[in-house]
Order: sequence, then C-alpha cells, then structure tokens
Amino acid sequence: MADLTKPTPEPARPEAIKAVPVRHPGRWAAVAVIAVLTAMFVHMLVTNEKFQWSFLVDNAFRPNIIRGVWTTIALTVLAMVIGVLFGVVLAVMRLSDNPVLSGVAWLYTWFFRAVPRLVLAILFGNMGILYAKYRVGGVPFAGQLGDLMGVDIDGTLFTLDARTLLTGFMAGLLALALSEAAYMAEIVRAGILSVDPGQEEAAGALGMSRFQTMRRIILPQAMRVIVPPTGNETIAMLKDTSLVAYVPVTNELFFQLQAVGTRTFNVFPMLVAACIWYLILTSFLLVGQYFIERHFSRGSAAGQAKGLRAGRRETA
Amino acid sequence: MTEPTDPPEPTVPAGPAGPVEPAEPAADLMVRAEQVHKSFGRLEVLKGIDLEVRPGEVMCVVGPSGSGKSTFLRCINHLEKIDSGRLWVNGHLVGYRESGGKLYELRDREVAAQRREIGMVFQRFNLFPHMTALENIMEAPIRVKRLPKAGVRDRALALLARVGLDDKAQSYPAQLSGGQQQRVAIARALAMEPALMLFDEPTSALDPELVGDVLEAMKQLALDGMTMIVVTHEMGFAREVGDSLVFMDEGAVVEKGTPREVLADPKHQRTRDFLSKVL
Repeated sequence: MADLTKPTPEPARPEAIKAVPVRHPGRWAAVAVIAVLTAMFVHMLVTNEKFQWSFLVDNAFRPNIIRGVWTTIALTVLAMVIGVLFGVVLAVMRLSDNPVLSGVAWLYTWFFRAVPRLVLAILFGNMGILYAKYRVGGVPFAGQLGDLMGVDIDGTLFTLDARTLLTGFMAGLLALALSEAAYMAEIVRAGILSVDPGQEEAAGALGMSRFQTMRRIILPQAMRVIVPPTGNETIAMLKDTSLVAYVPVTNELFFQLQAVGTRTFNVFPMLVAACIWYLILTSFLLVGQYFIERHFSRGSAAGQAKGLRAGRRETA
Repeated sequence: MTEPTDPPEPTVPAGPAGPVEPAEPAADLMVRAEQVHKSFGRLEVLKGIDLEVRPGEVMCVVGPSGSGKSTFLRCINHLEKIDSGRLWVNGHLVGYRESGGKLYELRDREVAAQRREIGMVFQRFNLFPHMTALENIMEAPIRVKRLPKAGVRDRALALLARVGLDDKAQSYPAQLSGGQQQRVAIARALAMEPALMLFDEPTSALDPELVGDVLEAMKQLALDGMTMIVVTHEMGFAREVGDSLVFMDEGAVVEKGTPREVLADPKHQRTRDFLSKVL
C-alpha cells in the first residue's frame, strides 16, 4: 500500500502492461496443414521421375530457347508500347467533343475487344490472302473511277509485297498491339476521367493550351490510376505472346519449348520449363511496375508515406 | 475591327490603392459588361449584367449562393460562354472577334492568349498536386510564355516570399494547409503577370483561423494596385479593401456602390435582408 499521508508531487508512471496475449490455435492448425501439403508437393516434385529435372535443366536454356525468350520479350515490349500510345490517342478521341472522332474510337474499341486475340493472330497471319501486293497512297477507287471515265488511272504510289510487310513477326505484333490498344483506351479513359475537372480549369485559366493541359497536368495525374491495370495488361500480354505461334511465329518462347518437347517425346518437362520461364519474366515485370508506380505517386499521400522527394512533412 | 475601346497599358495600375476618381473615360475600363446573359439549360443564371471595373479598382461581389456571382466571374475569362450581351476585358472582346457586324468564335489558342492577362484563384485552390509549390508557379511562365527557366525560378521564389511562403518552395500541395495552398495559388496566378485578378470565394473552403493569411495576401495585392474582382462572403475585407461593392441576387445586380454606402445604408430590401443574415 502506498503511503497516503505524504504528498506525492507527481503521480508515478504506471508500469507497462504485461498481459497474456490471445491465443490463435486456428492459425497454428492452418500452418500445420499448409506445411504438410507443401512437403507432399515437394516430395512429388523430387521423387516423381517423370519430371526429369536434369533433362529440363539441360534443355530449358538452349540457344533457340533463349532466342525464343528474346522474341517473347520483344513482342511484349513492342506490343505494349504501341498499345499504350495508340490507346492514349483513342482515349483522347473518345473523350473529344467531335462525335465522329468519338464514334470511331468507340467502334475500334468495340471491334478489337470483341474478337479473341487468338482469332486476330490467325487472321493477321493470313492477311496476305487479301493483298498479294499492298498499294500505298493514291486515290481511293482509282480503278473504278478510271473505268467510269474510260481512262486508265493507276492511283498507286508504290507497292509492297504483303509477305515482306506482314512477316509472321509483324502480323503477330500488329494483332497483339491493335487489340491491346482497345483495352488501353478504356484504361486511359478511366484515368483521365478520374482527374478533378478543376485541374483542367486551372490550367486553362493560366493560358495553357489543350495539348499542354493534357500532357503536363491531366495525364501525369491520370497515370496513378492508369499504371496498376497497365501492369496487369503487360503481364497478360507476356503470356498472350504465346498465341502468335498460330500466326505462325516460330521463334517465340512457348513454340520453341514445345518443339523440344515433341521432338524428344518429353512433353511434360518442357511444359514445366514454360511455367518457370513465364514466372521469371513476370517477376521482372512486377519489379518494373513497382518503380513506375512509385514515380507517379509524386505529391500523393501514398508518395509521401514512402518518403519520396522532399517529403518533409512540416505543416501543422 | 470595331472594338469600342482602346486597350490601356496593362502594366500601369492606377496608382496606389484608394478609390479612383469615378468619372473616368470609358476607354480606360479594365472590365466592361453589357447586358450579359447566361443560361444553363432552362435555368437563367445571369439576367443581363451591366458592370464596369476601372484599372486598379477592387470590386467585391456579394450575394446569396446561386445568385450567379461565380458564374459571372467565370464568364470574364471565358470558362463559361455567355449567351448574349458583350464582355470586354482590357479592351478585348472576351471569347469572340467582332468583324463586319458579325461575331466569330475565337480559336482555343486565341482564348488561351486572352486568359494570360487574367489571373484566377479558385475556391478549391486547384493546385497541381503532382508538382511542388515552386513547380506550380513556374509551370505556366515556362510552358505558355516560354520564358527562360532561371529567371522564372527567381521570380517564382520572389512571389512565394511575397505571400509569406518562401520556406515552402519544395513542398507538395498535400503537405500544405488550405491557407498555404491558396496563397501558392495566388502566387501561381501572379506569375503570369496578369492585368486583372479574379477571386472565386477564395476563403470559403478554409478553416476560420487560416482565412486571415489569405485575406492579408489579397490586401497586399490590392495595395500594390492590382485590379481585382473578388466574389466573397468576407464583409470585413469588402469594407476595408474594396473600392466598390456589388450585391447580386437571382442573376441580376441589385445594388452597387462604395462598400461603406452599401453596407451601412442599403437601398434595397433584398440587400438589407441579405446583409442582416451575414453581418
């Protein structure tokens, strides 16, 4: 008991609380179950000889596979770059006051979202049937007009052989990029619409042009909404590059792995190798996405939490 | 070109603050509104506004919400198109070119050029959140006027000092209080060296203890001779700083005069009713 007769100048700080924490037996049970399942899975991986790990290691890094990896990366990067740039154009068109521009953008998005990528890839691969020679420039319907007037007009500036223009790689790339643009257009549109209309007014009141406002004010803020789903799209694109095997593009990763598998009658290890390769590539993409997201969180609450650029919090 | 007024020199404000002589020639007006009408759909928000603002004048516009005062302000820099009437700023017809008795809509580029001489401060600040305070101020002079970066930076820092925020140059808007943000917004508008400043309820979104700093910055600006149109509910500011006070209600100017006259001895019943509620 404390001595109540003496005046205590300041109440002593009570000792820190030491309490018995709540137990979570359910969590430990779950951990045990997961541990057993993991052990069983690893056991299967190690002991089932059909996995043929040595065969996988020997074959998953052959030069043709590595070339396939580079083709897959090139397809992914190029298709996404074209898709994003074209998607931004489509999104701006869609939000335009001009009903023709807006309608065209809608129609484009409708078509390319409706047709499956696999169908697109095969379609573009067979485009050569339509145009053995592709005419560039000149007057539309020149031949028909010439027939009407009884003269021979050739409205063509120069021709390109469809087979040189639409090689397998180009056809596959176009199929993926044009389809991606349709999805990106919707993502970018959502991003632009997420920016406070007051931002456009403030930029306009300062005398900035529409283009400057979009480029300097609206899009950088829209990026915070645009980047996460674009990361999703990039990962989906990495995997969809396997579809161009049907164009056909033969030097692409999945086709090459499968080729090794069918040639050696060891299909399954090469499918596992495909999983591993896609896991590795996707992991790199995730790292990239992290840095891009961090860059565009400048000035936002999330950006400050990570202590970015002059993040001193000094206001009351 | 049949513009009725000669553009006065924008860089010469009418001397130090204080009431300017009322009998100035019409040619020297900074803003002139003639029968300005504006409707949103079937709702008529401006029913024929006639107003004149002289260079160096600080005009405060008060009135109940929905009276059209913010809409009128937004018409002055063409954020809203007017339906009929005429509106001139600094001798230029706003948003149109009149030639041969016909009006031609201005291109976006020409509208942008007109807006450069009009600064605007918004109720909700509208700072660019992805730029620091300094970058917010530097953006328009660099991108719009294409001035060299070093000079713009010096001027921007001087403007920040002028609104009392020289230590906040590297802060993002989210790191600033509302009052600090609004003062950065004022500095941002001033960086374009406008001939006219529009304030759309600049203190309405602020916590009460932050209002004073913003009003003080505006008062300094008025003392430096800036022409200002201020939509506000701050009667104290109107009385102390304003050269003229306009009371608007239901899309029309009900009463106009010096702040002292209107606040002390309102002529109209509607003005009296409004003032009895806010004073």
